[in-house]
Amino acid sequence: MPHETAVHEPHEHIFVPQHRHHFETEEQQREAGSFGMWLFLLTEIMFFGGLFFAYLLYRNWYYPAFVVASNQLNVKEGAINTAVLITSGFFMALGVYYAEVRNRKMLVWMLIFTTIFGCAFLGVKVDEYHEKYEKHHIPGASFSIHDFVNPPIDQKTGLPTEKALAPDMAQHTEIFFFLYFAMTGMHALHMIIGIGLLAWLIWRSNRGDFTDGYVAPIENFGLYWHFVDIVWLFLFPLLYLINRHPMK
Amino acid sequence: MAHQAHTDHHDPPNVTNPEHAEHHIVSPVQYAIVFGSLLVGTLITVLAAQVDLPGVLNPVIALAIACTKAMIVILFFMHVKYQSKLIQLTVACGFFTFLVLIMMTLLDYTSRSWGLW
Repeated sequence: MPHETAVHEPHEHIFVPQHRHHFETEEQQREAGSFGMWLFLLTEIMFFGGLFFAYLLYRNWYYPAFVVASNQLNVKEGAINTAVLITSGFFMALGVYYAEVRNRKMLVWMLIFTTIFGCAFLGVKVDEYHEKYEKHHIPGASFSIHDFVNPPIDQKTGLPTEKALAPDMAQHTEIFFFLYFAMTGMHALHMIIGIGLLAWLIWRSNRGDFTDGYVAPIENFGLYWHFVDIVWLFLFPLLYLINRHPMK
Repeated sequence: MAHQAHTDHHDPPNVTNPEHAEHHIVSPVQYAIVFGSLLVGTLITVLAAQVDLPGVLNPVIALAIACTKAMIVILFFMHVKYQSKLIQLTVACGFFTFLVLIMMTLLDYTSRSWGLW
């Protein structure tokens, strides 16, 4: 008898613990959950999209200011952070795998590594923000265009490190830094919220809540975490690599 | 016999999947390949940024690499390649709406004589 027309032996319909009765099947419930998470992520795309548009516009209007301002950022730290976040996402994906194959201990370890790399990312960001503070590149009352009007001289070559900007163009570097703090700050806020959720997931995973067939929270958190990773994948080249010459 | 195709070897009595739903599990090997590709992409982005290319090629290449990385994260880390058409359509609609956001706002700016455009 072909598989499609094989008849079930009569059996009770089993309801798994997580199946809520307003869903016809558990599969439909799982899919509705994913669908809902994706809808939320789409709203997040639009949210970040507004900031990306502002970047697009001002980069085009004030390109020289954006070039010089971008060169103030540390490419090594940005690239390391990109690798750190990609690694964090890799561990999260493995976490979903271990939840699906019901390996409780490995799931917990994967979530722990995801958290560790997430925290490492934030640590590097703190260092970067601190440097901005010291150089008076935080927009607002303490912002200084001094470095842009009178670029520091490179010790080795005796030449200025950047092309000097006229004062009005130099003032536009504040727009770049505003977007830098707004976009990376909003991204960091998403990471902090994610790490908070990871703590909760680690606690519940350790109890075995997600290694019994109920994978949805791990899967859906994974979607959120990978989304935050994707935002950074765009932020890095746009903010750090505008017009880099051999890396300083 | 008839149910072997749906029996999950992690759940022999099929207690937690009584509807026998198809569920593709992405393997760690696939994840490792994606991970490696993402790191290579990052390296290429940094190296390409140091070469002065003609015209708008620098940002175009940087964005092209970023879009490729985003696509492989979406398809594999986020499982979209193995999801239903509903989910795939939702993701596609999201990107379409984002493009509308960018395009229409650009249209607004370029069709008026504000600022520098």
